[in-house]
Amino acid sequence: MIGLQNTPAVLPVHDVMVIRSSRLSEPRWVRWTVISISLLFVVVFLAVPLVLVFVKAFEKGTEAYVAAITTPDALAAIKLTLLTAAIAVPLNVIFGISAAWLIAKFDFRGKNVLTTLIDLPFTVSPVISGMVFVLLFGLQGVFGKWLYEHDIKIIFAVPGIVLSTIFVTFPFVARELIPVMQLSGSEEEEAAVVLGASGWRTFFTVTLPNIKWGLMYGIIVCNARAMGEFGAVSVVSGHIRGATNTIPLQAEILYNEYHITAAFSVASLLTFLAVVTLMIKKVAEAKIYHEVPPTHSQSLTGTI
Amino acid sequence: MSIGVRNLTKTFNGFTAVDNVSFSVETGELIAILGPSGSGKSTLLRIIAGLEIPNAGEIHLTGVETTLSSPQERNVGFVFQHYALFKHMTLYENIAFALKVRKVSKAEIVSRVNELLELVQLKGLEHRYPSQISGGQRQRVAVARALAARPRVLLLDEPFGALDAKVREELRKWILQLHEQTRVTTLFVTHDQHEALEIANKIFVMNKGRIEQEGTPREIFDRPLTPFVAEFVGESNFIEAEVSEPHLVRWGPINFSVNGYPLREKMRIYFRPNDVYVSSAPEHNHVKATIAKTRFKGPLIELTLHIGDGKHVVAHVPKGVSFASGFTEGSEVYVGITEYHSFSKS
Repeated sequence: MIGLQNTPAVLPVHDVMVIRSSRLSEPRWVRWTVISISLLFVVVFLAVPLVLVFVKAFEKGTEAYVAAITTPDALAAIKLTLLTAAIAVPLNVIFGISAAWLIAKFDFRGKNVLTTLIDLPFTVSPVISGMVFVLLFGLQGVFGKWLYEHDIKIIFAVPGIVLSTIFVTFPFVARELIPVMQLSGSEEEEAAVVLGASGWRTFFTVTLPNIKWGLMYGIIVCNARAMGEFGAVSVVSGHIRGATNTIPLQAEILYNEYHITAAFSVASLLTFLAVVTLMIKKVAEAKIYHEVPPTHSQSLTGTI
Repeated sequence: MSIGVRNLTKTFNGFTAVDNVSFSVETGELIAILGPSGSGKSTLLRIIAGLEIPNAGEIHLTGVETTLSSPQERNVGFVFQHYALFKHMTLYENIAFALKVRKVSKAEIVSRVNELLELVQLKGLEHRYPSQISGGQRQRVAVARALAARPRVLLLDEPFGALDAKVREELRKWILQLHEQTRVTTLFVTHDQHEALEIANKIFVMNKGRIEQEGTPREIFDRPLTPFVAEFVGESNFIEAEVSEPHLVRWGPINFSVNGYPLREKMRIYFRPNDVYVSSAPEHNHVKATIAKTRFKGPLIELTLHIGDGKHVVAHVPKGVSFASGFTEGSEVYVGITEYHSFSKS
């Protein structure tokens, strides 16, 4: 089983067939009560809001919907969101694989510190993450003067948005891969190396196939967060319409200005992304389970 | 000479895993490195494969120095205890891996892989994945994969450690057969003395990072040179006593003659349960004993014999002999020790 502690990206328990003895079974009324409570909770807090987003978005018909998401400001926000994700996700994939590789396969001084630091963006409020960048690159910040003199804009500009998104999303890939890599150990890599494969070849033909679904999972979760990040981005963006607004910021502006339908139309894009992400996630989870199959401990019966 | 190891030393954080080890292996030999866990035997094997870098010493493979060469350059076959097969590749792709890496032509790969599949008796299963075959079959695939590129030496690290007793026994016979067919110089690590005694033509017994003794299985078993070897290989009775008269150690009523030790020297004497001769009638030089306990051990009966003075000796007697002689708990017998090994305690 793959599982992590204290991270939002925990994989849920897989549908393992559990044979429970009837002695462990609760009385019927207890079971029904528990099931009803969880069902009610899911419907009220998750399903209804999800549906409402789309209901609100299409309240004034498809034409209004299309018009709302094709205004120049909305299109600019979509473009910026895609651009941010297109930069942040690949960088975090590279960082995540390297960090996971380092942590899972090697022992070195400061390993615990690195593992803890990777979790930092999870534990720090996104608003603070954004403010850290303002402190670093803002006009009053550490590098502010130098940046101003060289006419480089980071805060209230696209680079700041990209940087804070990278910061906020950087644990996702690494956190997914560390347990997968730890579980698969390094024997297969050693075998490949002894068989004559170079480091790169070993990585691409042995390591990567073994972690591909874990990686996929990390990427989609990272992507969802990169596109949906609000807090950190809000601090550094400056909310310049058509220039530094991402989809979530655009949705907020529209909402604050009482363009409810337009706000929900834009928000529906993110909701749709969330639904797709969940579906891919479900597939990836099932595949990860097969990536870490019962190996040595359990052998099939049969002749040798 | 196929493998030459000279003064090899490897330490991990101050712990000496391999301690100044030297040996050489001739081409075509089948060598067992036998030792308890933590004796450094696996580390030694991994150094030869290039998976660990030694702190000092030299390694020569087929006459070429490879101490610092990368594992890729060495062309050795390595078989891991837990197979380490590539999970996402079929058996065919697993076996072909080393050949593909070496850019061997497709036609050649096909013929070599088929040849190996036949050698390891897995023809017909080549399109299965490792998870779809049994443990014994996986280990055979691992051996085929290691042999594919015609390695200079074949190294097996506890190859049967993860398998159940019956399968282990079958694989032992199979590996012997395979070695006769291929004649690849083979070094295998094991903690199982039966495995080492049965398969190897030479055994290196390792303890605490050093080779305690090397020799044929017979030499190791019959003439242990150190107390460790006497204790580790085979079962042994073990006594401690001192030289009380010239060339003589007295232990209860039993006398052991020892040569070349001064009086008062503290001695350790080992003798195997099957070197304890038990009879129901008195014989020359035998001492009287009472059977304190009998234990059924399959083909053997283990007798715990009380020889007086609070001292006990364990003897193994074939089941048939034990029954015919009427050895039961409480019966009186006569005991002689036919062979023993004595070492100075210091």
